[in-house]
Amino acid sequence: MIAAYLVLSIPFAGILFFAFAGHRQETGRLNVRFNAVTLAATVWLAINVLNNGTLLSAGKAFIVDSFNVYLIVLTAFIGLTTAIFSAPYMEHEKQLGKLTEKRLKLYYSMYQGFMLAMYLVLTTNNMGVMWVAMEGATLATVLLVSLYRTPESIEAAWKYFILCGVGIAQALFGTILLYYAAVQIGDGDNALLWSVLFDNARQLNPEILEIAFVFMLIGYGTKIGLVPLHNWLPDAHSEGPTPMSAVLSGLLLNDALYAVVRNKMLVDGATQGNLAGLLMMGFGLLSFLVAALFLHRQKDIKRLFSYSSIEHMGVMTFAFGMGGPLATLAALLHMTVHSLTKSAIFVTVGHAAQLAGTQNMERIRGLIKTQPKIGWGLLIGTVAIAGFPPFGVFTSEFLVLLATMHSYPWLAPLLLLGIGVAFAGLFRHIQPMVYGEQPEGQLPIKANLWPVMVHLALVLWLGLAIPDFLANWFSQATLLISGSMPL
Amino acid sequence: MNIEQQDFYTQAILSMAALVGLTSFLMLGQGRLLRLIFVFALQGLLLTLTTALAAYSLDSPHLYISAMLTLILKVIFIPWMLRRQVLLMNMHRDVEALKNNTAVMLGGAGLMVFSYYVLHPIVQTSSAIMLNALAFSLSVVLLGMLLMISHRQAVAHVVGFMAIENGLFFAAIVATKGMPMVVELGVAFDVLVAAVLFGIFFFHIRTSIDSLDVDRLNRLHEVDQ
Amino acid sequence: MNWLLAVIQTLLFVALAPLLSGWLKWCKCHLQNRKAPSLLQPYRDLLKLIRKQPVVAEHASWIFTRSPYIIFSAMVLAASVVPLIAVDLPTAASADVIVLVGFFAFARFFLALAGLDIGTAFGGMGASREMTISSLAEPAMLMAVFTLTMTASTTNLSLAIAHVLNEGLVLRPSFIFAMFALVLVAIAETGRVPVDNPTTHLELTMIHEAMILEYSGRHLALIEWASQLKLMLYGVLIANIFLPWGIARDFSLHALGYGLLAISGKLAVLAVCLAISETLVAKMRLFRVQEYLSFAYLLGLLGMLSHIILEASR
Repeated sequence: MIAAYLVLSIPFAGILFFAFAGHRQETGRLNVRFNAVTLAATVWLAINVLNNGTLLSAGKAFIVDSFNVYLIVLTAFIGLTTAIFSAPYMEHEKQLGKLTEKRLKLYYSMYQGFMLAMYLVLTTNNMGVMWVAMEGATLATVLLVSLYRTPESIEAAWKYFILCGVGIAQALFGTILLYYAAVQIGDGDNALLWSVLFDNARQLNPEILEIAFVFMLIGYGTKIGLVPLHNWLPDAHSEGPTPMSAVLSGLLLNDALYAVVRNKMLVDGATQGNLAGLLMMGFGLLSFLVAALFLHRQKDIKRLFSYSSIEHMGVMTFAFGMGGPLATLAALLHMTVHSLTKSAIFVTVGHAAQLAGTQNMERIRGLIKTQPKIGWGLLIGTVAIAGFPPFGVFTSEFLVLLATMHSYPWLAPLLLLGIGVAFAGLFRHIQPMVYGEQPEGQLPIKANLWPVMVHLALVLWLGLAIPDFLANWFSQATLLISGSMPL
Repeated sequence: MNIEQQDFYTQAILSMAALVGLTSFLMLGQGRLLRLIFVFALQGLLLTLTTALAAYSLDSPHLYISAMLTLILKVIFIPWMLRRQVLLMNMHRDVEALKNNTAVMLGGAGLMVFSYYVLHPIVQTSSAIMLNALAFSLSVVLLGMLLMISHRQAVAHVVGFMAIENGLFFAAIVATKGMPMVVELGVAFDVLVAAVLFGIFFFHIRTSIDSLDVDRLNRLHEVDQ
Repeated sequence: MNWLLAVIQTLLFVALAPLLSGWLKWCKCHLQNRKAPSLLQPYRDLLKLIRKQPVVAEHASWIFTRSPYIIFSAMVLAASVVPLIAVDLPTAASADVIVLVGFFAFARFFLALAGLDIGTAFGGMGASREMTISSLAEPAMLMAVFTLTMTASTTNLSLAIAHVLNEGLVLRPSFIFAMFALVLVAIAETGRVPVDNPTTHLELTMIHEAMILEYSGRHLALIEWASQLKLMLYGVLIANIFLPWGIARDFSLHALGYGLLAISGKLAVLAVCLAISETLVAKMRLFRVQEYLSFAYLLGLLGMLSHIILEASR
């Protein structure tokens, strides 16, 4: 359990450190080192869980089981690679004059603050503390979205703050109702602990839990970006600095979905009907289709990929909602590969925008001629996220389709339609950007694309052959969530 | 279980619940920001009294701590901070003309009926009469959202947001005699940080578009025009 | 015996109404640092007016000449219905809340007609304003009294007051709202500040006064008395419904005396509160009265919702 405490205390130390010392020249590299040490701690934690099974801390305040351990490692990994990317990128931005030293201090300390909130959401056993940490993640990133202080970014940050704040207040109401249901059967102090609730789920009042789940789906669903609660997402992900877009898309959305699934596990244990699953399926499918359609109308490159995030979160919510081992395995795999691919894409997009000097897609042209690495990175990334074989996204979407054809065959055409529409939307914008005529005076920039290549290589690996220990993890998590082993 | 058969403390708590609902309606009709902040502080004060009363009659001493937290945060600190911002930015003379006051108020009454309808199955299962106030707390949450929708000033949005938190806090008191202390402290901390961030945001918005009218925050479009 | 008591109560009602107005004026004058007339001045005014010959316009119809009597009798009937000192009087059987509202509406109807009858501009203006206000005030008042009747399960005033007395001191949220709503409506219906200034001499700001502008002599005396009676009726309603302690349950002299003392005290306190609010608050512009009365309606609605949500048994 020491590993878990380490995972939480290192980012906390990072916040304090960067709040006071964040203006120095080498801060970027120090940020990378903090994240690297945290990654080491999470790997140690993962090995612990692999050997000893579910870990519960003393006093049952923290829980690390097969569902959240790989998410913790994933969070640390993406945090590290984004930090590696962000170190020179933010320096460049500072030289361009878009940021001041004070704002860089804020950026680095809130980066660690955001990581701390993410780890807390993932490791806590107390549903109330999970809520506090989700709200904390919002608060940590709000000022970062408006870091550039342009009117558009301030507007985006305000929208993000208000919409997510109001949305997540609904989740708090749901948590209060859950607590009310829990105190009726047992101890007041332990009543919000997930492990205790999961063991006694059958005794909880089903009506109360159903109402509570609706509130929690609306609340945490706002943070996932489910349509129609998604309006903050394209703005917040596109107006913030690129490392922010990468971690928000890759990590925060996953954690919100994790919170919803934890609650779904409780509700499924308590009720007979499938209300939780059906609601998730409905919202997921709606998000998927609406986002796929919206992809066609975008003019800003980051907004394009934000809608792609909404679309993929829709698929994941749909798959988790369907339940059953195959769909759950697909959703878990999709969470992993989507995070890796999306953060890689945002890094590449950040470089492309820096290269072309604008985020407007109609003015970015000829990337592959000016700087082949960026052009290829963008092309391969888009291919990966659109669901082409042999990348991992294809595997997970294929599994979702299989599960749909098995349980709800009449929804499979809708899924196929959505995938096709999204693919068309993405490629019709990417093709001219990558292959078009390069404008006058476009010069290559200094870019560190190693994180992108590592991510895409991992996604390719996961698409071709999932390693044994990972497959074992996914199976264990599927068993935990859906109650039976896949395949 | 009728109200006449309850002891005096339960009657008082239910009456306070009704008064908290009344303050929500009063906030809906306010055009002036300083008065809005005052009514919000009044709502916080009523909540503090209710919590203290519940702590005394239900014999749960940790509710006294919650009452103290609410007093410091929602009655003193946040109204003071908002008031200072309003006076600093010279907005206390603006009167926001609310176009359809009556419709908004009756919409609020409709929301109260709706929250009663939503929570009816829960309230039916329990014999505790204090749970009836759960419908009032959900309606305070929904009325906070209505406040945010019907006003244009950013300060009114923040007051609505804090009113939502008030409603949630009240729900926790009424349904479960308060959440575990660690959660209460966490929520209070989040509210505090959110309030400070809102203050910073007012400054940024003012600098960027020279007013706090959020209707003017309209540069980000879905489709280019 | 009981019928005699009922008649005596009604006469007491009618006789004490000018005294309440005098006391109200006395309080207002003292608050505004003016020298107050004697408490019995309204009686002297009424006497003076009764002795004068009324001047009636040439083309006034029977409505104009008969209205004062009709209005005054409607108010006296309403006074006989509302319990002043004792519940359980024989007239209590017809003491229905809706009947009371009907009496008020009847009187108001004829007052408005009388204002329209001669054809002056001010009369018409006053009548239309009065009808607008009452069309908004009546739903609010009904909402407020329905809250009471839902608690007591009857629309009969005496039975409702007896029910509230039997329960003892119960803090009901619905009553708090209903009381506020009834106070707001009472101010609107009796034509006090902030809805209408009873002492104004500017015709364009008048509502009630505009309708009776053409009256003089004994007609004016009866109408003035009727409006003082209306004010006392609303005061007694508020005092006895929401704070009924002290009202006589039986007819012993001791209980009746105590009841008289109790109601006098409550009315005196209410008059002081009204005087303070009239001095502090300015008269609203006419288009704001609609917001004011919708707020009163909202309070009544909240009272009813509080009753259903918070108080009612399951």
